[in-house]
Amino acid sequence: MIHEASLLSVLVFLVFAGAVVGLSFYLGSRAKSASGYFAAGGGIHWAVNGVAFAGDYLSAASFLGICGMIAFYGYDGFLYSIGYLAGWIVALFVIAEPLKRLGRYTFADALDNQFNSRGIKLAAAISTLVVSCFYLIPQMVGAGALVQPLLGFPHYVGVILVGCIVTLIVMTAGMVSTTWVQFIKGSLLVVLCAIMTVLILLRGVNTNPRETSEKAGAVLQRSVSVASVVEAAGVTVLPEDAGWAGKPYVRVRNTGTGVVTIWRKDADGLLSETQTITVLPGGAKLANGLPQGRGAGQDDLTPVGYASKLPGGVAKTGPLGPVAFISTLQESEVILWGNEKIAGADGSSTTIYFQKPTHGSDFMTPGSSPTFRKVRSSKPSDKLDFLSLMLALFCGTASLPHILIRYYTVKDQISARKSTVVGIAAIGFFYVLTLFLGLGAMTSGTLDVTDSNMAAPLLARSFNELLFAMISAVAFTTVLGTVSGLIMAASGAVAHDLMTNFLKIKLDEFQKVRAAKIAALCVGVVAMGLGIAFSRMNVNFLVGWAFNIAASANLPSLVMLLFWKRTTKEGITASIFVGMISSLGWILLSAQAFKDVYGLDPESALVPFSQPAIVTIPLGFLVLVLVSLMTRRGAPAPAQA
Amino acid sequence: MAGLDFKAPVTREREDADVVAHNTRMGVILLTVYVVFYGGFMAFSAFWPAAMANAPLGGPNVAVLYGFGLIVLALVLALVYMKVCRKSGQGNAA
Repeated sequence: MIHEASLLSVLVFLVFAGAVVGLSFYLGSRAKSASGYFAAGGGIHWAVNGVAFAGDYLSAASFLGICGMIAFYGYDGFLYSIGYLAGWIVALFVIAEPLKRLGRYTFADALDNQFNSRGIKLAAAISTLVVSCFYLIPQMVGAGALVQPLLGFPHYVGVILVGCIVTLIVMTAGMVSTTWVQFIKGSLLVVLCAIMTVLILLRGVNTNPRETSEKAGAVLQRSVSVASVVEAAGVTVLPEDAGWAGKPYVRVRNTGTGVVTIWRKDADGLLSETQTITVLPGGAKLANGLPQGRGAGQDDLTPVGYASKLPGGVAKTGPLGPVAFISTLQESEVILWGNEKIAGADGSSTTIYFQKPTHGSDFMTPGSSPTFRKVRSSKPSDKLDFLSLMLALFCGTASLPHILIRYYTVKDQISARKSTVVGIAAIGFFYVLTLFLGLGAMTSGTLDVTDSNMAAPLLARSFNELLFAMISAVAFTTVLGTVSGLIMAASGAVAHDLMTNFLKIKLDEFQKVRAAKIAALCVGVVAMGLGIAFSRMNVNFLVGWAFNIAASANLPSLVMLLFWKRTTKEGITASIFVGMISSLGWILLSAQAFKDVYGLDPESALVPFSQPAIVTIPLGFLVLVLVSLMTRRGAPAPAQA
Repeated sequence: MAGLDFKAPVTREREDADVVAHNTRMGVILLTVYVVFYGGFMAFSAFWPAAMANAPLGGPNVAVLYGFGLIVLALVLALVYMKVCRKSGQGNAA
């Protein structure tokens, strides 16, 4: 779908980005020491840090990915909200205070506090880099998705734009500016999403979204008889050749214009209108049979998303309360969209987007999306993917390096505890809103059927251009806040853990900060490349993988260090490496990677399900226990935290 | 902007082993409570997804109620933890 930039959106966006970078330069002029760069000198107020937690954590996955997933598939996206929030319980009850007590700049400090082991430093630094890079991918993909409708640029331009700005921010000021960027962004995101939720409830649900938004697309045809399509004057029915054979589609060519229109045969024998993008052998694109564009003789995909049947047979509900809004959608039928790619005999490739009327009793329960479809299977083994992902989300939060380093920005353990509670309140409130935002987008009439990541900004556009501009700008700072935290964690791992502590390179304060800034630049460049390479994947799914790796690599060692006296440095090192390599390897060999990353047949994947946590987290614990028992002799017993 | 005083030296905290042990114990107990509810949610979603469509109160279904409930429970337990935790050197609630 082609998105047009508006002057207002661009102006608001530039003001936001300029203000953030300006703040960064101002704060950068004040932070000169390593403590100031890596941990803001431990002087951030707990309330500020709590909101910054929200700003750090509510990433592109939370805002763009969850809203998009709910908008396209329903309740399944909300499962991520529940899992992401639940993970904070582990962070608060198990990790927050000990980590603050044991560490200084990075989480490797805490792990290594009682051992002074180069192996732990190396393992923790590599783990931090791997997790940060994996977490950076969806943020960059989200950045590209934002810039498309906002500025009208291609996806890769958005990735490069965000990458450059955020790398500049981290290089100029470190943890202080990162904290304040995250604080501002966290506050604005929660407030604006609350406002948008109120607007959604005031608008209610309508079977004709054009009545409520001029940006909404038209209602597409359904239940059309076959005869009225194939026997219409001036059309020829095309044969079911090549990839079209046996498929539930009727293709008719207008003999006057030559335009091919595609209809889908529904289960009731009637036809429904589809939308298509055809890529010709030369690379030219057709939208619904015409050259894709907004000019004369061109066409583009229509924005979608509306209810087709409402309770009581009414055409619109009017304003609804929050409970009534959810109840109404549970009892409604909404047009969701599926897609299928078919290769033509002439070498062209056509992606067909077809209507899927879906009742609320279906999309408001687990298992309506391709990601979680198997929970509705009768085979117990099919449930493992879902259980594994929920386990990863629960265990992953407290293992994310960019979250863990935030505990070093406050002065003491009580502040660490208080800031976590503030974070839970802000994040929990936001995740409640995601269900309303996602369902609001589902019925807004403005969804881009080709990209779920754009649902939230396009929902804002359905209200007005100013809200769209503000939401896009805040979403942009959302990406900035999270990416800057990730790059901070990665640069700290390189300069502090690898160069200073592992390689024993003598660096003074100035050199250490400079090394971190060079590392930030390198990580930023890598992140941009990965963001372009993974552009078509749902950002939420990518974040799920990052949680799997973080939980498998870091959680066993963090927990056992605190609760098992016999833990040894060799056990921690082995656990981190085994957890990281096994989870990363599992992901790269999974059906999802085969399909979305390599473009191979997912049936040929080498592991039985895509989310490894249910295997690799226990494996990390097992390795730590076994290696610790084997290396116990002669090792000094660490004191229990 | 007191929070921007990042050049202030970080003082070493005084730690009371009994307080650390008490807070750790409270954390583990509250974590266990949450794990029971979260585990129940995972089990219901995985093995009885159809049951999640029921609307026992006539409004939102079990899936929505349980999901919102888990988010609210997290905040409630966090506040309880704040209340029951002790502070080193004082031996009372923080």
